[in-house]
Amino acid sequence: MPSLQYTAPSTVQEAVALLAGAKGLAKLMSGGTDLLVQYRSGRLRPDVIIDTKKIPGMIGIREANGGFVIGAATSGALLGEHAGLGKAWPGVVEAANLIGSTQVQGRASLAGNLCNGSPAADSVPALIAARATVVIVGPGGTREAPVEAIVTGPGRTSLAKGEIITEFRLPKQAPRTGDAYLRFIPRTEMDIAVVGCGICVVLDANEVCTDARVVLGAVGPTQLVVDDAAKVLIGSKLDDATLAKLDAAARAACKPITDKRGTIDFRIKIAGVLARRAAAIAFARAGGR
Amino acid sequence: MSKIHVSTIINGEPAEFLCEPGQTLLDALRDELRLTGSKEGCGSGDCGACSVTVDGRLVCSCLMLAAEAEGHEILTIEGVANGDELHPIQRQFLEHAALQCGFCTPGLIVAVKALLDSNPNPTETEARYWLAGNLCRCTGYDKVIRAVMDAAAEMRAQ
Repeated sequence: MPSLQYTAPSTVQEAVALLAGAKGLAKLMSGGTDLLVQYRSGRLRPDVIIDTKKIPGMIGIREANGGFVIGAATSGALLGEHAGLGKAWPGVVEAANLIGSTQVQGRASLAGNLCNGSPAADSVPALIAARATVVIVGPGGTREAPVEAIVTGPGRTSLAKGEIITEFRLPKQAPRTGDAYLRFIPRTEMDIAVVGCGICVVLDANEVCTDARVVLGAVGPTQLVVDDAAKVLIGSKLDDATLAKLDAAARAACKPITDKRGTIDFRIKIAGVLARRAAAIAFARAGGR
Repeated sequence: MSKIHVSTIINGEPAEFLCEPGQTLLDALRDELRLTGSKEGCGSGDCGACSVTVDGRLVCSCLMLAAEAEGHEILTIEGVANGDELHPIQRQFLEHAALQCGFCTPGLIVAVKALLDSNPNPTETEARYWLAGNLCRCTGYDKVIRAVMDAAAEMRAQ
């Protein structure tokens, strides 16, 4: 093993200074369920690992301004146990809870899932569909960005040197909002999405859709926000004709690769299927069913 | 590279050890503290043979740095029995012959204990999903699940 330093700063400013000033490769660690696998396999050789979990606010969930603030290193297990979050954003919580095993859920975080940069990350399409944002602290100060602005390609993010995601924010919901996330894997547990689809809709009093976000995972180098699919849903009550158009719009947006998990053709077909099924769940939830 | 001094509570007793910065909790448990009940199967968080709890939360000790254990409470398989008296989960694993080679068993028992501590009356489906991250190549899981359901019933009756 190469020489490695481990440090667990107690303030975000200290962490930013360590990250910005590091000689060699510095990696932030929250749950470590991706980072430590990469480190131990030798694929990644960091010179310093900066553990973020001792920084106040990095773990925990609170309600603020009618929405939710989630510390960046909060584990999937904590997300799943928070009744208020699960009631408001079941799609986001279910997506995060699909990652790995019970053991992985004990550690894995939203920030790790996002910054690992996998196109197949389960929590990311659901967060983007929910219009979640991240708060980023860096040498130049604090900024807020939509989740979809972070991943720029497999394993790559838009974060500048020294920048740290400290929290995720889920906005205040309009009445009759519903979200859902579905993924396809060839088994029932412990696998990586072949395709994922997150959908969030808002309905009016007559259950006609007034706002929608459709996001696909694992069918392109980053998560894909499919505006054409959202346009199909807006103004509809999700009848059969709408579902067929949604399926077509989702398929048209796909730019997948063929790998051991699925072929291009299979991924495209499944993206349409998951979009239809996720939309049905999101509409039902928004309608209070 | 200087070693890191770590103070923890392991199986209810204060414990201190020195570790390398890149050393996992699993390696520290096995190599520094000689608690060799936790096993390394895959070393990548897929098999669950290294399962321990940290502050009551089930984790893979191969996916955690030993240095992170500072100030936290760890339970390993060595802390499950009460002296010479087996825990009901351990006894039911023996009753049902829910093991053959035994390599996965310490991790399974720690994982089952974490399940029953948080959910004393799980359905079979809940138990199977909870244990999806504990791989066993011998039993086919059926005997494991029977042991879990009977251990849960026995613990509820106590």
